[in-house]
Amino acid sequence: MIHCYQFEGLNIVLDVFSGSIHMTDPVAFDMIKWYETEPAEAVIAKAMEVHKITREDAEECIADIEKLKEEGKLYVPDKYAHLAKDYRKKRFSIKALCLHVAHTCNLNCSYCFASQGKYHGERALMSLETGKKAIDFLIENSGFHKNLDIDFFGGEPLMNWDVCKELVKYGREQEKLHGKNIRFTLTTNGVLLNDEVTEFCNKEMHNVVLSLDGRKEVNDRFRVDMAGNGSYDRIVPNFQKFVEKRGSKSYYMRGTFTHHNTDFVNDIKHMLDLGFTELSMEPVVTDPSSPSALTEEDLPVLFEQYEELARLMVKRYNEGKPFTFYHYMLDLTCGPCIYKRVAGCGSGTEYLAVTPWGDLYPCHQFVGDPAYKMGDIYTGVTAFETRDKFAACNAYSRPECNNCWAKLYCSGGCAANSYHATGDIQGVYEYGCKLFKKRIECAIGVKLLTSGIDQPGKTE
Amino acid sequence: MTRIVTIETRDLDKSAKEGGCGECQTSCQSACKTSCGVANQACEKAE
Repeated sequence: MIHCYQFEGLNIVLDVFSGSIHMTDPVAFDMIKWYETEPAEAVIAKAMEVHKITREDAEECIADIEKLKEEGKLYVPDKYAHLAKDYRKKRFSIKALCLHVAHTCNLNCSYCFASQGKYHGERALMSLETGKKAIDFLIENSGFHKNLDIDFFGGEPLMNWDVCKELVKYGREQEKLHGKNIRFTLTTNGVLLNDEVTEFCNKEMHNVVLSLDGRKEVNDRFRVDMAGNGSYDRIVPNFQKFVEKRGSKSYYMRGTFTHHNTDFVNDIKHMLDLGFTELSMEPVVTDPSSPSALTEEDLPVLFEQYEELARLMVKRYNEGKPFTFYHYMLDLTCGPCIYKRVAGCGSGTEYLAVTPWGDLYPCHQFVGDPAYKMGDIYTGVTAFETRDKFAACNAYSRPECNNCWAKLYCSGGCAANSYHATGDIQGVYEYGCKLFKKRIECAIGVKLLTSGIDQPGKTE
Repeated sequence: MTRIVTIETRDLDKSAKEGGCGECQTSCQSACKTSCGVANQACEKAE
């Protein structure tokens, strides 16, 4: 399967199953498309007619296309379904926990999927004892995995900061005893982010996710405290101090955009103006009846915004002021292997969420939904049927994905999004697919435009 | 090849033989938390 598209003057051909990417002139762009379904002679005749080229030129181009085909870089057939089928089912070792150390929050964001941190339940903080048991559970069930991930999540994890610190200390002891490498991350709204937290994070946290939606009026529309006051003025100075001291260590300034700020590139520009360069902006996932939900009418605007963002990245790159956008990060030569690309996100199998009481869920987005409780850290996973359902989610498990060029980039998508959109984790969240595909097209476009490689025929 | 430039990318077929170590970061455990994407994940072996 191939996917051909044009982006900022580039003619791009993706060969889906080899992972190859080609840049072409307009003649080859058409001929590659036609040759997928038509015989050589018909393609040559059509190219001579449409592009006014000689037979010799057209034959030469066909020969080049044939060569790429022989080298396994064009029209490569799909051959990975069998890898996807058994990958998760063969191994149930756990490598990542989302630790819900605080089911409470000091903000009251109306769009919060976790219902202001409570996950539709009681407010609670995870005890140190429960947290330690969760780490024991992870290590005991981690099998062959050396690298383990633990995210301090909430609610707002800094409302249980002492426990977080003690758990890092405990994790450091245990990883040595068991030959593991634990990478801790923290996701915070920034209200309680101070020098002490910063210092600890810079020493111990592999990554820190900082929540800010962008411009003051955008951020403060949803991200308000219990009294309804916007959080921007409190959190931005904290974030700036944090990032200044973070050095080269990983962080993301993560925002959510909604129907109210479909011009989200302005929020990205605002983050850049504030001095942040590692950025992530996510489309809101909420009930379609909510006023903040993204609509079909928003789609063309969002597509244009993703293109605008790509242009901004190229411009800043050329000016020597590059920045990172999470969804445009691509490592073309050392990116994920085919197993990672087909096996799905790992929720419900290698990735689980742990509530303050030690209950297990497939991921943070299912917490609070009793139908998806998978067991607890004391007795382990007991909902084997649920686990098997998640293990069966992959790039090949949904018929709708059969002919999708992007399936090896999304790996089948987010099970929680599918569930919330269709009632089934094996469903397809079509709106999300449309945005995802646009992002990948832009991401590859940015890569090519900053690669220093010219498109054939560019100077002609 | 005058009309086509092929960009260097990871050979997916080859990665079926050498990949699958399972040590890379879990997709959602990074910056998104609301949408799965694996394309931007780094390979642990390549680091």
